[in-house]
Amino acid sequence: MSILVDKTTRLLVQGVTGHEGLFHTQQMVEYGTQVVAGVTPGRGGEWVLDGKVPVFDSVRLAADYTGANTSVIFVPARAAADAMFEAADAGIELVVCITEGIPVRDMMEVRRYFDQKNVRLIGPNCPGLLTPGGAKVGIIPGNIAIPGNIGIVSRSGTLTYEVLYALKMAGMGASTCVGIGGDPVNGTNFVDVLQLFENDPHTEKVVLIGEIGGSEEEKAADFISHHMTKMAAAFIAGQAAPPGKRMGHAGAIIESGSGTAAEKIRALEAVGVRVARHPEEIPALLA
Amino acid sequence: MKLHEYQSKTIFSRYKIPIPRGRVAATASEAKQIAEELGGRVVIKAQVLVGGRGKAGGIRLAKNSKEAEELATVILGMDIKGLPVRKLLVDETVRIQKEIYLGITNDRTMNRPVMMASSEGGVEIEEVARISPDKIIKTHIDPLLGLRDYQARDLAVSIDLPRDLWRGFQEICHGLWNAYSQSDASLAEINPLVITVENRLLALDGKMVVDDNALFRHPDLADMRDLDVEAAPEVEARKYGLSYIQLDGEIGCMVNGAGLAMATMDIIQLYGGTPANFLDIGGGASAEKVGAAFRIILSDPKVKVVLINIFGGITRCDEVARGILGAISEVKPKIPMVVRLVGTNAAEGLRLLGDAHMVTAETLVDAAQTAVRMAKGEGR
Repeated sequence: MSILVDKTTRLLVQGVTGHEGLFHTQQMVEYGTQVVAGVTPGRGGEWVLDGKVPVFDSVRLAADYTGANTSVIFVPARAAADAMFEAADAGIELVVCITEGIPVRDMMEVRRYFDQKNVRLIGPNCPGLLTPGGAKVGIIPGNIAIPGNIGIVSRSGTLTYEVLYALKMAGMGASTCVGIGGDPVNGTNFVDVLQLFENDPHTEKVVLIGEIGGSEEEKAADFISHHMTKMAAAFIAGQAAPPGKRMGHAGAIIESGSGTAAEKIRALEAVGVRVARHPEEIPALLA
Repeated sequence: MKLHEYQSKTIFSRYKIPIPRGRVAATASEAKQIAEELGGRVVIKAQVLVGGRGKAGGIRLAKNSKEAEELATVILGMDIKGLPVRKLLVDETVRIQKEIYLGITNDRTMNRPVMMASSEGGVEIEEVARISPDKIIKTHIDPLLGLRDYQARDLAVSIDLPRDLWRGFQEICHGLWNAYSQSDASLAEINPLVITVENRLLALDGKMVVDDNALFRHPDLADMRDLDVEAAPEVEARKYGLSYIQLDGEIGCMVNGAGLAMATMDIIQLYGGTPANFLDIGGGASAEKVGAAFRIILSDPKVKVVLINIFGGITRCDEVARGILGAISEVKPKIPMVVRLVGTNAAEGLRLLGDAHMVTAETLVDAAQTAVRMAKGEGR
């Protein structure tokens, strides 16, 4: 079992005819995700993947015709905010934005709007969601994880794959893996996902993968100490990162001396979270 | 991307924020001419993107145009914290009654911008925040509504600004907000904003940082980039879509994904080594990208060994291995390297590398320990 996405998810893909969009749509379909529609303005009426997925000119049309309830966005950064607003206004309940490099101002506007409309956003600059054996919404490789009872939430991409794969090698599976993204302003955060895992009867343990920058890990530690009954393990990337430099992710930066890995690790350990020294240590910490 | 003071103040003035009369100069004779235009008495300010210019002697007062020329010659010959002074701002002098602070930045914990004002201007705001945080007054700005008049008034009241200056202050607040939001800035700061003895508000110094991800809609700002503040390999890396940050250590790192790249640096440090860089080659790991990454890593003479750590998901490890071998045959690096591949088709990828006599590792721990041993000259 799972959170956010499963076999009942009816997915539409914004940017379905682009290079990335088309490739990952195929991967999602092959995984068994119900991809019911694609959207590319100006390409309505076409079909992609040998007639498997119809393309619409707008999210509104796609949702009306297919009953899509979830959208995944692969459009370029300059058009991504517009795509998110369009999805929210079309009544999509869950919007997952994979796009990297969206201006912060756009994201602050999107976040404010989504909060007002009570629409859930995952990302941007994220790998999306994977419920092993259920659905894959985004770009997480499907073959690196097996179904299980561990919930994973992460700000990273390949580092998350690393952990999923290490768990699989140890015979441990995931309920759902949620990539919340590496941007400074995003939609769903650690605390939101931890709450969902806490309420999910099929998730027994959680893994949190954080990194330098911001204070979401500290907020997660506070939430864990007051509201979580399930066991948590964590890894925080960036102990060797210098201050004032953006480490690849727009949000991974130590500013004015705050947002360091050390202070995040301290906050998590103080509330009983087992913090791994390196990602390969995580399966042992959960055993 | 940081903007220089003169660039920031030019943008401010477009938004009707009053700034001192002045211009930028690249030579001492230009500085002299500007000083003559301004009546002789001027302040000469080095344009370098580091703090502490004043303390380093980069800001000087000239009593006349001849002295302006002499001081300009001195300052243009200076290096401030490793950065060459290539330009000077020559501004009229101002008689100051009081210095205040006004700035905007993004508060990522609140997902919105915050405007800050303080009666304690002219010192670094971090310093004020440390010593007397209650002297910094904040108001968060709704990104969908923008700055409201009452918010500017609240700031004026809270910093005890005289009533006759409220209107002018409010206009400056709006100007700064518009400059900030329309430039996609992540920082816009007037420090100090001065009250002159003539009782006028004037932005004496200015600082802006703009969002790199928004430069596509600001080609004019993109042209303002100062390449002096970036290490040459970092500039080179950007051309190839690689994210590279040079560090001080001995073990070069090539990794796909930012989080995994940080984790790789961390594990090197954990086992007693020192990472030479952060490098995210992104998805794919094609021979072309790997080749560019090799050249950039190897341009750092401190690098004694390269650790390649690739997670093969959708791009299979055997494809990655072929990319690495292709790049090696082209670049021909002379220092040892350790490759760790994990994920889809890892065994096949490692076999290909092993056949080519590469040092391979299956786990991150093994890879890091091997790289650290090799960097110390202890062999495999």
